[in-house]
Amino acid sequence: MKRLLSTTGKAVALLSMFFVSALQAQETFTFTAIPDQDETRLQERFGKVADYLEKELGVEVNYIPVKSYAAAISAFRNNQVQLAWFGGLSGVRARLLVPGSKALAQGYEDQFFKTYLIANAKTGFSASKAFPEDIAGSSFTFGSKGSTSGRLMPEFYIREHLNAAPKDAFKRVGFSGDHSRTISLVQSGAYEVGAVNYKVWERELAEGKIDTSKVEVIWSTPEYPDYQWSIRGDVDKRFGAGFQQKVQTALLNIEQPELLKAFPRQSFVEAENSFYQPIEDTARKIGLLD
Amino acid sequence: MKTEAAILRRNSLLLILLAMLCLPLADLELSFPDFWPELSRLGIAIVTPEVIDGWQLLSVLTTTLSFAFQGVVIGAVAGFVLALGYGNAWVRGFAAFIRAIHELFWALIFIQLTGLTSLTGLLALAIPYAGTFAKVFGEIFEESDHKPRDALTGSRFVVFFYTTLPLAWRRMVDYSAYRFECGIRSSVVLGFVGLPTVGFHLESLFSQGEYSQAVAMLYALFLIIGSTRLWLIKQLIPLYVLLSFVWLPPVADIQWSMIWQFFTVDIVPAPLKYSTGSLSDWFRLLFSKQIGPGIANTMILTQLSLAMTLLFAVLLIPLRSKLFCGNGRIVGHSLLVMLRTTPEYLLAFIGVIVLGPSMLPGMLALSIHNAAILAHLSGRFVDQLAFREDRPSGMLLYCYEVLPRIYRQFMALLLYRWEVIQRESAILGILGIPTLGFYIDSAFEEFRLDRAMLLILVTALLNVLIDKCARSLRPSSG
Repeated sequence: MKRLLSTTGKAVALLSMFFVSALQAQETFTFTAIPDQDETRLQERFGKVADYLEKELGVEVNYIPVKSYAAAISAFRNNQVQLAWFGGLSGVRARLLVPGSKALAQGYEDQFFKTYLIANAKTGFSASKAFPEDIAGSSFTFGSKGSTSGRLMPEFYIREHLNAAPKDAFKRVGFSGDHSRTISLVQSGAYEVGAVNYKVWERELAEGKIDTSKVEVIWSTPEYPDYQWSIRGDVDKRFGAGFQQKVQTALLNIEQPELLKAFPRQSFVEAENSFYQPIEDTARKIGLLD
Repeated sequence: MKTEAAILRRNSLLLILLAMLCLPLADLELSFPDFWPELSRLGIAIVTPEVIDGWQLLSVLTTTLSFAFQGVVIGAVAGFVLALGYGNAWVRGFAAFIRAIHELFWALIFIQLTGLTSLTGLLALAIPYAGTFAKVFGEIFEESDHKPRDALTGSRFVVFFYTTLPLAWRRMVDYSAYRFECGIRSSVVLGFVGLPTVGFHLESLFSQGEYSQAVAMLYALFLIIGSTRLWLIKQLIPLYVLLSFVWLPPVADIQWSMIWQFFTVDIVPAPLKYSTGSLSDWFRLLFSKQIGPGIANTMILTQLSLAMTLLFAVLLIPLRSKLFCGNGRIVGHSLLVMLRTTPEYLLAFIGVIVLGPSMLPGMLALSIHNAAILAHLSGRFVDQLAFREDRPSGMLLYCYEVLPRIYRQFMALLLYRWEVIQRESAILGILGIPTLGFYIDSAFEEFRLDRAMLLILVTALLNVLIDKCARSLRPSSG
C-alpha cells in the first residue's frame, strides 16, 4: 500500500509539472524554453537548470515544457511563466506583448549568431561566400515558423537576394518544425535546400548524426543577435525587491558545463532589449510583425 | 422519382468525378528522397519498442484517457440539451458551427484564454463534441417512430421523455460508447499543441527520430483502443468518469484581464488596433494571399482524400467481417485498430519520409485513417446481415450482395466523413501544403490572433457548407 501511494505520488508529481504550476504560481517561479531542438530531452536538459536556479534564488523553481514558440510566448504573456529562454524573434514578440519585460542575458554565441543554408549533395550546389542565387526554383524548408535562425533571418536574405517572397522564389516551401528535422529532411533529399541554426548543425555534426556526403553547408548569413533570457517586469513585486537582479546574476554566473550544455552555450553575458532592435526591424520589414 | 439505388450511384459517381476534377490541380510531385536510412530505423523500431520510464508512460496514458472521458461526457450532456431544440434552425446552425472548428483550433484559442491547463483541454474536446452529439442525437430523435409521440397529449417535454427518449436511448448509448474511442483519438491529438497527452510525446519522439520509444507508445495506444470491448463496460463508465476528474481536475488560474484583452485587443483586426491602413485593404490582402488559396488547397485535398477513402474502405471492409475472414478477422481487426489509432499527422510524417513533401502523403494519411474508421463501422453491418443458403462466396458475394446491401449505411457514414476530412486536412501543415489550417497555424505562430480568428471563421463556414451539401445528398432528403 505504501508503495502504491508513493508511486501514485510520483505520477501526480509528474502531472503537476504541467498543471498545478498554474495554481501554485503564487510561490513558484516558473520558466520555459522554446522547443527548438531535441524536444525529447527538454525535461532532462532544463530540469537541471531549474535545480540550479532554485538553489541560487531560494524560491521553488519549475520548468514547463512547451510544444511551440507561440506556446512559450503565450505562457510568458499569461504569467504562467515569468522567465523564458527565447529566440531573437520570439523574445521580441513576447516583450512587445508584456510591457515592462526585459531581456536579461544572452549566450556568448548569441552576440554573433548565424544561419547556415544547407543543400542536398544531389543538387550540386557548393559552398560559396556570395549568396547562392542558383537555389531559386528548388524546394526549400525553413525550421519552425516562429524561429529567428530557421525562418526570420534566412527569409530576409532570400528576399533580399532573390527579390521575391520564398513561396515565389522556390518550387516548394516547407516548415520542418525544428532544426534537427530540417537537417534530416535535407539529408534525405525530401527538400533540396534548408535553413538551419548553426549551433544545432555543429552539435549534430560533432555527434556524428550528419552524413556530409549527402548534405553540406553552402552559405552562412552575416551575424545577428539571437537567443536570450527574458523576464517579466512584475517579478520584483511578486518575489521581492531585487529579484530580477538576482535572476540575472544567477544566469550570468552559470559556469557548470553540464548546465551550459543544455543550451548549448559557452557562457552567458548581459543583454538588453535594445540589442534586439535589428531583429524587430527585420521582422517588420518582411511582414512577420504588424 | 429516383430510386434510392440511383441516388447512391449518383452520389458515388459525383464524389469520384469531383476528385478527378481536382486531380490535375493537386500538387502530387514525387521528390524521391533517399528514404532507406530513416525507414530502416523505423522498421527496426517496430520490432524493438522501448519504454524508458514506465511510470511516465502510465501517467501520460491516464491523462489522455481522462481528457477523453471528461470531454465526451460533458460534450454528450451539452449535446443532449442542444438536441432537444434540434428542430430550431438556429440551434442546428449553432451546433454545426461549434463542431466545424477542429479540437486543435479550439485548444489554440483556449490556450490564449485559460492558459495551458486541464480546463483548456476539456473545453477543446467538449465544445466540438457537443456539436456532434447534438447532430447525432437530434437525428436519432427525428428518425425515431413518431406514432407513440403523436398518440399522446400533454406537455411536449413529458411526451418526449416517455416516448421519443426511451425509443432513442439504445442508439444514443451505442453512439456514445463509440464516441469514447473518438475522444481518445482527439485527446491524443491535443498533445500536438502542448497538452500533456500521448500526442505531446509522440510528436517529439517522431520528429527526433526516437522511433523505438515512439512505437512503444503507439503500441500502448493500440492496446487500449483494441481492447475497449473488454474494459469500456457501460456500468463502469461512471466510475471512469469520476476517476478522470480526480486524476485531472479541470482547473485553471483564470485571469479575467487576459480574457478581456483577448476580445478587446487581440482579435481586433490590425488596421483598427494600430490605426494603420484601411480595414478593407487588410481584408483584401488576407483574402487574396491566404483565404483564397487556402480554400482552394483545402478543397482539393479534401475531395481527393474523400474519394480515396471510399476506395480504401471498400477494400478494407471484408477484413474485419466474420463472413469473409472467419476467425482470421482478428488480424483485420488489429490492422484497422492500428490504422485508425495512429494520428493522421504521424501517417503523413512517415509519408513525407518515403514520398517527399507534397499533397500525396497528406491524401494517403487522411484516406487511410478515415477508411480504417469507415471499414470498422461498416464491417459491423456486414455481420448483422442474414443470407440465403445458396449465396455465392468470395468476390461475388462481396460485390453483388454484401456491398449493395450495406451501401446505404456506408454512404451515410462516408458523407459524414466528408466534413471530418475537411476539418482534419487543416492539421497537415508539416507538408507545406498551404491549406486554411496551414495559415491558421501560421497566424497563431506569428501571434496574429486577429488573422487566426478570421481564418478559423472562414474554415468553419466552409465546413458548415460541406455539412449542408452532405445532408442534401442523403437519400432521405435527396
